[in-house]
Amino acid sequence: MNNTEDTAAQARPVRVFLVDDHALFRTGAKAELTNATGVIEVIGEAGSVGEAVAGIGHFQPDVVLLDVHMPDGGGAEVLRRVRKSHPDVVFLALSVSDAAEDVIAVIRAGARGYVTKTISARELVDAVVRVHHGDAVFSPRLAGFVLDAFADRPGAAPINDPELDLLTPRERDVLRLLARGYAYKEIAAELFISVKTVETHVSSVLRKTQLSNRYELSRWATDRRLI
Amino acid sequence: MAVQADREGRQPVPDDAPVDDAHRITQRVAPARRDPRVGGAGGENTPRPTLRRRRSSRVVAGVAGGLADHLKVDVLWVRVVITLLAGVDGLGVVLYAALWALVPQRPVDVPEAVNSRQRTQALGLVVLGFGLVVATTSFGSGWSGRLFFPASVGLIGAFLVWREADETQRRRWAQGARTGVAEVFIGNGGRGAVVRSLTGAGLVLTGIIVLLANSLSLARLQFALLSVIVTLVGAAVLTLPWWLRLVRDLDEERRVRIRTEERAEIAAHLHDSVLQTLALIQKQAENDKEVRRLARSQERQLRTWLYGATGYGGSSRASAEPDAEASPSAGEPASARTLAALISEVCGEVEDTFAIKVQQVVVGDCEVDDRVLAAVWAAREAMVNAAKHAEVGEVSVFVEVEPAQVELFVRDRGKGFDTSTVPGDRHGLADSIHGRMERHGGTVRLRTAPGEGTEVALRLPRTADKR
Repeated sequence: MNNTEDTAAQARPVRVFLVDDHALFRTGAKAELTNATGVIEVIGEAGSVGEAVAGIGHFQPDVVLLDVHMPDGGGAEVLRRVRKSHPDVVFLALSVSDAAEDVIAVIRAGARGYVTKTISARELVDAVVRVHHGDAVFSPRLAGFVLDAFADRPGAAPINDPELDLLTPRERDVLRLLARGYAYKEIAAELFISVKTVETHVSSVLRKTQLSNRYELSRWATDRRLI
Repeated sequence: MAVQADREGRQPVPDDAPVDDAHRITQRVAPARRDPRVGGAGGENTPRPTLRRRRSSRVVAGVAGGLADHLKVDVLWVRVVITLLAGVDGLGVVLYAALWALVPQRPVDVPEAVNSRQRTQALGLVVLGFGLVVATTSFGSGWSGRLFFPASVGLIGAFLVWREADETQRRRWAQGARTGVAEVFIGNGGRGAVVRSLTGAGLVLTGIIVLLANSLSLARLQFALLSVIVTLVGAAVLTLPWWLRLVRDLDEERRVRIRTEERAEIAAHLHDSVLQTLALIQKQAENDKEVRRLARSQERQLRTWLYGATGYGGSSRASAEPDAEASPSAGEPASARTLAALISEVCGEVEDTFAIKVQQVVVGDCEVDDRVLAAVWAAREAMVNAAKHAEVGEVSVFVEVEPAQVELFVRDRGKGFDTSTVPGDRHGLADSIHGRMERHGGTVRLRTAPGEGTEVALRLPRTADKR
């Protein structure tokens, strides 16, 4: 939110590719994004995994807005098939789903952030710009999911395994504040650190989520069912 | 098997029930309507019941009773005739067996009177018939004499098996349960049914073997047995693909039916929820607030249904839960038993009541006891305050359950207030939040300033002394 002003000044709009199996939602999102003229340009859309893979290869967009829930494997499948060949393309998961398993799967597959479909147009534009600039975008809900995934709960794997990637206390704090609905600026003020540091923490949490070999993260869905 | 298939084929009740229904009416008022299946044999103007074996008040299989109902004569006469025919080389027995095999039983829902006098008469007639058969076969020198012993053993066996199949069918009707091929004979009757069926089968085999042994020499008997076995095996092998397909078709049919039912359930749910709400929204299109409230509450409902613990997608999650009883106390939403469920219920309530959005994030979960419940009510009061005074459209709720404590945060980005200017007569914050939390050993932290929004942080140690 804080860097909308400086990015708006930039010359080239962010080229966005929409992937969602609901044509109605694509139309709506496109209309909302196109309102941000000069900031965002919607260059294409796809309604299925196959179309998405072909479209991303053809258009080479900056940011892909990726639906989590789709037939044929959903967003995670698109990432699996595109990620290697197009490492520069940034993915932002956009979902209506409350199923944390799906969302975590997309994040683990390499999406740079996750926002819910109830997000306002302004926030969505902001999120797209932010992921384009290399930042990770965490909605409060995603922060909750990730906290849950890394949680030290009874029954989960022992936490003091040196091989496991863990969240530092600071990262945990940042994540908690995110989950409480704080903006980066507010988190920075709360923790007496700079906004830049908050961004670094968030990115590192994202990286850990993606790289984590904590098996309860990969088997998280199963764990949850056993609680 | 063929007989069973036939009965099965006619089983779908839409075919049977209306017919029987119609007959119950026709017998009383005799209108013009007639069953085409019965028409030809009977008189032109007297409709008569379809030939169906009786279900209750039967002695062996209800054949005589059914026949009597069909022919509209007293059941005693039918039984006497059958008994007399039994004396003629066992013709009556054969007739009875044939009718038993071919005539389906009445559906369960047709009421029948039980007549104990008739029953005694019938039992007497069965004994009489048996005596007649014995007499004719032992005095007569025809082929039936030699046939008698093995034939009666075989018949008793067949009687056992058939009766078991009948029972099974009745049970199935009663429960409306779906069964596979094997269950046609065994059914849900348990071990007793298996034993009865096996005994019956054994008796039939014994009867056949004794019959053959009586009439043939040993060498020929061996040959005959061998050829029978070879034939049976050959037939089994030849028809194996057919059997497999039959089983597969049955499976497929069952799967299709389950899928169809599931689809119907989903359609019904969507109709009751989403479609109704969309219709309401269209009607209220001008009323901004109401539209949002409807959409939100619908979204929440659908989410719970799709992803919730007891919902469509998460039934396994719900069943895996240990059934620890949450202590219920007065006035709580009784359905929720875990903190996460309770929080989403409370948030939903506030959303609906005040037409604002409450975004909740819950990390971890625990059982709800009195203290947790108090914390949730305190959080609810904080939400209500935010909804009433903050003048915003959205409130964030974050709940984290840790091994040592439960933390709840209620936050808005509204106008905030100066804590020192709150008039002394306002009880919401003091009683409902501070008071509640302190009584249960928790703490409250309030952060607010004019223009800064408000955050209420509630902390509740989990391990503190519970009394």
